[in-house]
Amino acid sequence: MKALLIGESKEGKLLESSYELFGFAAKLGAETAMLLIGGEADLPSYGGTLYLADSGKYGEYNPDLHKKLVLAAVEREKPDYVVFLHSSYGWDLAPRVAASLKVAQLSEVISVVEGGFELPCCSQKMRRTVKPATPVAVLTLQAGAFAAVNPGGTPQLQRIDVEGAGGVTFLGYEAAEAKGVDLAKAEVIVSAGRGIGKMENIPVIAALAKALGGELGASRPVVDSGWVPHGHQVGTTGQTVSPKLYVACGISGAIQHLAGMKKSGFIVAINKDKDAPIGEVADVLVVADVMQFVPTLTAKLAK
Amino acid sequence: MKILVCIKQVPDMESRFKPDSAGVWFSETDLAFRMNEYDEYAVEQAVRLKEQLGGEPELTVLSIGPDRVVEAMKKALAMGCDRGVQVQDPSPHLKDPFQIASIIAAYAKDQQFDLVFTGLQSQDRGSAQVGVTVAELLNFACASTIIKFEYADGIVTVKRELEGGVKGIVKLKTPAVVTCQLGLNVPRYPTLPNIMKAKKKEILVIPVGDLLHEQPLAQTATFYAPAKKGTGVVLEGDVADQAERLIAILKEKTAVLR
Repeated sequence: MKALLIGESKEGKLLESSYELFGFAAKLGAETAMLLIGGEADLPSYGGTLYLADSGKYGEYNPDLHKKLVLAAVEREKPDYVVFLHSSYGWDLAPRVAASLKVAQLSEVISVVEGGFELPCCSQKMRRTVKPATPVAVLTLQAGAFAAVNPGGTPQLQRIDVEGAGGVTFLGYEAAEAKGVDLAKAEVIVSAGRGIGKMENIPVIAALAKALGGELGASRPVVDSGWVPHGHQVGTTGQTVSPKLYVACGISGAIQHLAGMKKSGFIVAINKDKDAPIGEVADVLVVADVMQFVPTLTAKLAK
Repeated sequence: MKILVCIKQVPDMESRFKPDSAGVWFSETDLAFRMNEYDEYAVEQAVRLKEQLGGEPELTVLSIGPDRVVEAMKKALAMGCDRGVQVQDPSPHLKDPFQIASIIAAYAKDQQFDLVFTGLQSQDRGSAQVGVTVAELLNFACASTIIKFEYADGIVTVKRELEGGVKGIVKLKTPAVVTCQLGLNVPRYPTLPNIMKAKKKEILVIPVGDLLHEQPLAQTATFYAPAKKGTGVVLEGDVADQAERLIAILKEKTAVLR
């Protein structure tokens, strides 16, 4: 069994998350080769075959050309699995490759199980086991689901080239907005999620943060709705934090949020849904209406 | 200009999910359905483009599923879409994402759409495949995960959301597909007059058999709740009592309370 791993790079630098692909291949017990559209100055520490295309030539985001490069590597390598990370790069490119090959794609794989792969569904609350019905399958891996493995060694380089242009023009990156608050330094973070109901309830959460001597954080929907500025957002597209105490108020626990806070020292979740995925990482789950519980807690702390 | 918006109807995600009798998806008993959240951003952006262009574009909203999906389509029509297409299918959950994309592409291929808007992913299956695959099958340009959209003279400029709050700025020519990320805009609430007007808008019904010509490429074997990994304490009951128990735990386990 052979897996072609699609590494990721940004501005010529290999992304560390690429090593999770090796972790997955080890779990699967597959031989590996890797394709990297990146820079020769920063290659993975890996002794196997590395198909390399220069991102200076093919662009950082040029899905039509990147698809052709993946297909060219598939043609040479004849893998059983073509494996991407489930990232803004992977979920954008993988379906193009799968459609061109007309093979199964399984998105956001979290584990290898008997008879297939385990995928999350229903906003991470449920699971499915899915089997490809085609001899080759395209997979994307959930971030962090497979521990990174550094295989070590120097890659055997094979250059890969394709012709053509592509229907999308990449104009450049825009840096993340400046952080309003440096949540990484906070010892206590009290975060507001959609479960608080409305913007007018933010001061109630902020009051708890103050009572605990901490900072106010927020989940993505709360920031998207404009209730709290982006500088407070915790998660993959916001800040990654590890305070001594993290209190999640009305946050269901989307994977992007969990990735940003699960390394906190002690996690308290307040949620009326006992089955919310936040319960998976919480040390204490308070099953309650957040707008009833939080003021009560704040009042008791003030005594 | 012709615009297609593809939407899905999904259960409220705060529901309690139980396997159906076949054990491959959720049972619909006791579930309340609504428009997939990502698709609300797609509808809103399409309606804003129509407004930007003085009402000229024709907006078609398409959904695949049983008759309950008409409710979600009516919301899209009340938000400003002009007409609906229901691909009538009693069991869309048994189709894999490639088949779903092939149904949409089979409908769209002779319609000369300039732009297709859809959500990045559905809240229930979450494959993030359908929009991009539709683009592949139609040979349209495509950008996924957009959080900003601009259109002028056949050119679409978008910002894609990348990791760590970074954005990628991308330009593409129509015909194109864009998949919408949360936060792209603020979806409007339909007004009562628009809800009334929407009732008179045409909804074309096409049996799925007329558009589906592909076999599944993948199959769900089982659907189940994850094994509870949470080893945490669960506090239930009276709010004042919960608060006191929590304070006691924090005093014991953290150095935060003294």
